[in-house]
Amino acid sequence: MPHDRRLSIASAVDAAIRRHGQETYPHECCGALVGRSGEAAGAHVFDVVPLPNTTEEGPRRRFLVRPSDYRLAERRAGEMGGELLGFYHSHPDHPARPSQYDLDHAWPTFAYIIVSVANGAAADMTVWYLRDDRSSFDEGNLHHGENPHSDTAAAVHG
Amino acid sequence: MAKILIPTPLRPYTDKQDAVDATGATVGELLADLTRRHSGLKAHLYNDQGKLRSFVNVYVNDEDIRYLQKEDTPVAAADTVSIIPSVAGGATTTDDVRSGRLQADRDGRLQPDHELPQLTNDEVKRYSRHLIMPEVGVEGQRKLKAGKVLCIGAGGLGSPVGMYLAAAGVGTIGIVDFDVVDFSNLQRQILHGTPDVGRSKLASAKDRLHALNPEIEIQTYETALSSQNAMQLFEPYDVIVDGTDNFPTRYLVNDACVLLGKPNAYGSIFRFEGQASVFAMKDGPCYRCLYPEPPPPGLVPSCAEGGVLGVLPGIIGVIQATETVKLIMGIGEPLIGRFLIYDALRMKFRELKLRKDPDCPVCGTHPTVTKLIDYEQFCGVGPAAPEPVAVNNATEITSVDLKKRLDRGDRPKIVDVREPNEYQINRIAGSTLIPLGDIPKRYNELDPDEEVVVHCKMGGRSAKAADFLRSVGFKRVLNLKGGILDWIDKVDPSQPKY
Repeated sequence: MPHDRRLSIASAVDAAIRRHGQETYPHECCGALVGRSGEAAGAHVFDVVPLPNTTEEGPRRRFLVRPSDYRLAERRAGEMGGELLGFYHSHPDHPARPSQYDLDHAWPTFAYIIVSVANGAAADMTVWYLRDDRSSFDEGNLHHGENPHSDTAAAVHG
Repeated sequence: MAKILIPTPLRPYTDKQDAVDATGATVGELLADLTRRHSGLKAHLYNDQGKLRSFVNVYVNDEDIRYLQKEDTPVAAADTVSIIPSVAGGATTTDDVRSGRLQADRDGRLQPDHELPQLTNDEVKRYSRHLIMPEVGVEGQRKLKAGKVLCIGAGGLGSPVGMYLAAAGVGTIGIVDFDVVDFSNLQRQILHGTPDVGRSKLASAKDRLHALNPEIEIQTYETALSSQNAMQLFEPYDVIVDGTDNFPTRYLVNDACVLLGKPNAYGSIFRFEGQASVFAMKDGPCYRCLYPEPPPPGLVPSCAEGGVLGVLPGIIGVIQATETVKLIMGIGEPLIGRFLIYDALRMKFRELKLRKDPDCPVCGTHPTVTKLIDYEQFCGVGPAAPEPVAVNNATEITSVDLKKRLDRGDRPKIVDVREPNEYQINRIAGSTLIPLGDIPKRYNELDPDEEVVVHCKMGGRSAKAADFLRSVGFKRVLNLKGGILDWIDKVDPSQPKY
């Protein structure tokens, strides 16, 4: 699988993830990424499904999307005319880099967006993909913009 | 043959199909057949030990197999088997490799909730005496590496606890303390040495533990544990070790452990006697089952007042450390429901049976304490209702004021209510020694019409002496605020402190 994956996100999606991370601070937030894959310019996230953090281990350092919410996310993605591309979560007062815990629990294929929330304010946002052999994550290219197929986007990123 | 529904992230391994067929009479056989047909799935469904990963949920129709017969759950041709992800992750507090977290299973043992960190070659060498014992082995050592233990206090008990846990390879040790090292600590607090006097205990502890074992992570919290910060501080840890020296903090640690479901490796020491137990395990008692209410303030003196044999915390702290590593590795019989009492002078251990109290206010069946309370107030030592200033003036005197009055030529009778051995260490010139316990039979040596100033080491015992003297008719009794320690600090620094 390609390691230089590109994920574009709508600016509303960017804002929604940041807002969710700030709202739940100092706890971690989590939610699903809905969009289209297989586009020439890479996958595009056009909406999110915020989900409850159901971890029982302390939501400051952990998040958990339980199976019933996962099913809900897949269904909602279909209803929105897209597919489930992955999940986002926040790292309160920690860098936007995946932890060993993230790695141990990661699913292949999915895009994992991490937003760092420092002192209650959303900061860096990154996207990561699990390697096929589960040895590590590869960072993807996160692009912000409404439409990855617009001429401007193609000119800049194409 | 049954149908298995494949979730989105695994479809690249099943030729993009969202449902595939596999054969088998049980879920286990079915999944084995599935991974034979689609080999890329195996690494994502199973861990290195061949067990289903914790975040892989398998449902037969709409039932989680964890609540059926797990992988032995029978599957008929008409059944639909679904693989449904849990999606988990999160930031870690420190070095990711040590991010293992433990959860209590149904038997109350701590179990790692995901794959354990690997040991490096250096660690294998360092822990070889552990590794060659089958009860510990590589897995036990990896559990220790994943383990996170929070020590409340870096004093008498915290010293042996911290040092043995560090040496044993507990991956993350947190320490809460806000004190600085004092000469009077060195007789027992072996984390700290003579050159450390005046340094923060945390800085000294961190240096010492890292010198013992640089492989581990030390987290320090320079703060007084309080109802406001306890839950947050305890949250990332697997075991809490109570090395506190006062009742409000002891009840606070107990209650926070019960509320968070974290084991409390308890120990306490006084003079020649120590106690130890493991509290707050799911089916075991807590400290409040044993002592629902704190003793009246001042009744039980602290080590600073009553003294403590320097080697005693070594024994008790090492018991706490032993219980902690047993809990983390899930071996042996933990000290749950058992209360160990150690008498150093007689060199005897006694064991009391403890039962969980169904009426316990915090861990009982109908708890009344469901969040942390004001423990200073609960133990009657807090700044409760402020006394009127006039009364205060009439019952207490400060060292500085006493000195001024003595300099003016006033001669109140100064009565030292400490023990003779304390009087040998330091004293206020001209004072009369009558130990607190002797006051009731010797107060007639004093004149009830004369003004009396009573003092002890810090003011606790003398407050009781003052109350007694007033109750038997003494007109004017003043308690020296802060005791002789304050006197030495403010008036006579030439004398030694203890």
